[in-house]
Amino acid sequence: METENASQQLIRVEELKKHFPLKTGLFKSIVSRTEVSVKAVDGISFDIGKREIFGLAGESGSGKTTTGRLLVRLLEPSGGKVLFEGKDITKLTDRELKPLRRKMQIVFQDPYESLNPRMTVKEIVAEPLRVQHVAKNEDELDERVKQILREVELVPPEEFLYRFPHELSGGQRQRVAVARAFVLHPDFIVADEPVSMLDVSIRAEILNLMLGLVQKYGISFLFITHDLAVSRHMCDRLAIMYLGQIMEIGSTDKVISNSLHPYTQSLIAAVPVPDPSSKRTGDVLPGEIPSPINPPSGCRFHTRCPYAHPRCVSETPLLVEVEEDHKVACHLYSGRLSTSFS
Amino acid sequence: MSGKLSMPVLDVQSLKAYYSTLRGDVKAVDGVSFTVEKGEALGIAGESGCGKTTLALSLLRLLPSGGKIISGKVVFDGTSLGDLTDEELRKKVRWKGMSLVFQGAMNAFNPVFKIGDQIVEAIKYHEPGTSTKEAWKRAGNLLELVGIDRDRAQNYPHEFSGGMKQRALIAMALCLNPRLLIADEPGTALDVIVQAQVLKLMRELRQKLDLGMIIISHDLSILAETCEKLAIMYAGKVVEYGDVFELFKEPLHPYTQGLVGAFPKVKGPRTKLLSVPGSPPDLLDPPLGCHFHPRCPYAMDVCKQTEPELLKLGSKEHYVACYLYPH
Repeated sequence: METENASQQLIRVEELKKHFPLKTGLFKSIVSRTEVSVKAVDGISFDIGKREIFGLAGESGSGKTTTGRLLVRLLEPSGGKVLFEGKDITKLTDRELKPLRRKMQIVFQDPYESLNPRMTVKEIVAEPLRVQHVAKNEDELDERVKQILREVELVPPEEFLYRFPHELSGGQRQRVAVARAFVLHPDFIVADEPVSMLDVSIRAEILNLMLGLVQKYGISFLFITHDLAVSRHMCDRLAIMYLGQIMEIGSTDKVISNSLHPYTQSLIAAVPVPDPSSKRTGDVLPGEIPSPINPPSGCRFHTRCPYAHPRCVSETPLLVEVEEDHKVACHLYSGRLSTSFS
Repeated sequence: MSGKLSMPVLDVQSLKAYYSTLRGDVKAVDGVSFTVEKGEALGIAGESGCGKTTLALSLLRLLPSGGKIISGKVVFDGTSLGDLTDEELRKKVRWKGMSLVFQGAMNAFNPVFKIGDQIVEAIKYHEPGTSTKEAWKRAGNLLELVGIDRDRAQNYPHEFSGGMKQRALIAMALCLNPRLLIADEPGTALDVIVQAQVLKLMRELRQKLDLGMIIISHDLSILAETCEKLAIMYAGKVVEYGDVFELFKEPLHPYTQGLVGAFPKVKGPRTKLLSVPGSPPDLLDPPLGCHFHPRCPYAMDVCKQTEPELLKLGSKEHYVACYLYPH
């Protein structure tokens, strides 16, 4: 990715870290000097191009959501940089950040909790416009809100303007959340599992809607999901996260069709296939994701990896490029170990 | 829909269960029929609010207040459940005959009792002769059966992860050796890998214990890999029913076609996602005729007036309720 033209990048993430300190007792904190923390994101680097849909996938607890929030600085990073159009946003003051907020927005996971129940749809969608003083007058504001409601297919908009969130279905709520994120025509949007709370039949509609809007306005999009089938449908490029680190990154086709990391392979094997004739054959990965407080040494995946090797316990594999736009962090591919497994 | 040689474990005929509200009856289950053979798995699919969960609850007569079984017949193992008193149903059928894995594994356990205690309680209530020691031993065996260390019976639910709670819930449902397990959304709210683990466990248990199963889910892909038969529900009715291979190979009902097309695939060519536009109808006042007609791309005049019957199409086990097919 270093070869990529820098002007095509919108966001560049360098060695980003977020450690949430854990509360310990007074005595413990005096006696032991080591700080105990949850290493939610632990040194990740990637970049997102202009008009690119970038996917972030992994199990719960892999640090996807934290990464998404760090990128729009809803959380303060513990280390590393987030460059937005070349400017490091991790050092900015709130005042300096405000004009940038116009350019970056987020759609949260749960449409039942991300909308203020005491605000009408109009107030919810108009709030970003008001905060950023975008509309010159009420009429313009009205028009912008109606237009975006039409674009998210809440039609006729007049019927929805004065409704409260509890009067809407789950799918309609998520449309409102999408409208709120797109109303400022930002350059960058983070969507954090936007469809995981929705029914399957509604999911497809919301996904297609977002895909259409992102393409129409040329927005860069960070799409967070645990469902690789959905990310394959949506994303141009994809990063697989595990315990706060990136295991594999590259173009979606390469990561999914030619997945190299054993973790990616087991994630793909776990996706249920809507076809009874292709009964699942591969073994399901045993166990669960370990605690991010004391992540395993070396390669973090070694405790569950079917190909684990003594070297995986002692040495952390680096992300290395195996083919164009495809990197993987696994000792199986770092050259010195035989790559005999298929 | 019978005609099989052996007698099905469960035979449900035109079951209707309504909820009475101030605004009228909510027709959550409106004339549903199906059978489950011994050791067979039936999947019930549909959107939220189509009556899937109500159906599961009414099989065991567990409907909340306000909910009522209006008509229909549920024959389990040759006994018509409608003829049993509450006491008989509790003693003979629930847990021992059919048992239910409730939706939402996260909240299904009582947080202030140990997992083991909760399983032991169920065993001792239904088999009063069992000693406490024996019951704990059985609880330990059950946890081992679902792949949890037996010592974890001493843990409280909050010490379990989501996947372990779901496993423990399945173990608990199996504690009195039922012949039929009903699982309500067993995979939802779990991570892909954990979900795959749970589904694998259910397939293994079915083989090991020769269990009949009813799996309820909004996710067709889960059902595709665990069930032999599939019933698609829409607005309280079964609109398509049949062998899972037939149904996926050739979905007949426009609603099923929409559901099948709504899945992104991780293998094979990338296709545009189809969706079923609109939202499910209000069950207080469902549309006349076929309930699906307002969302159906092929709706004809007849669909708006009279309701299509669930009819067998061709020689295979494949039923559909739609006027697009010879009626």
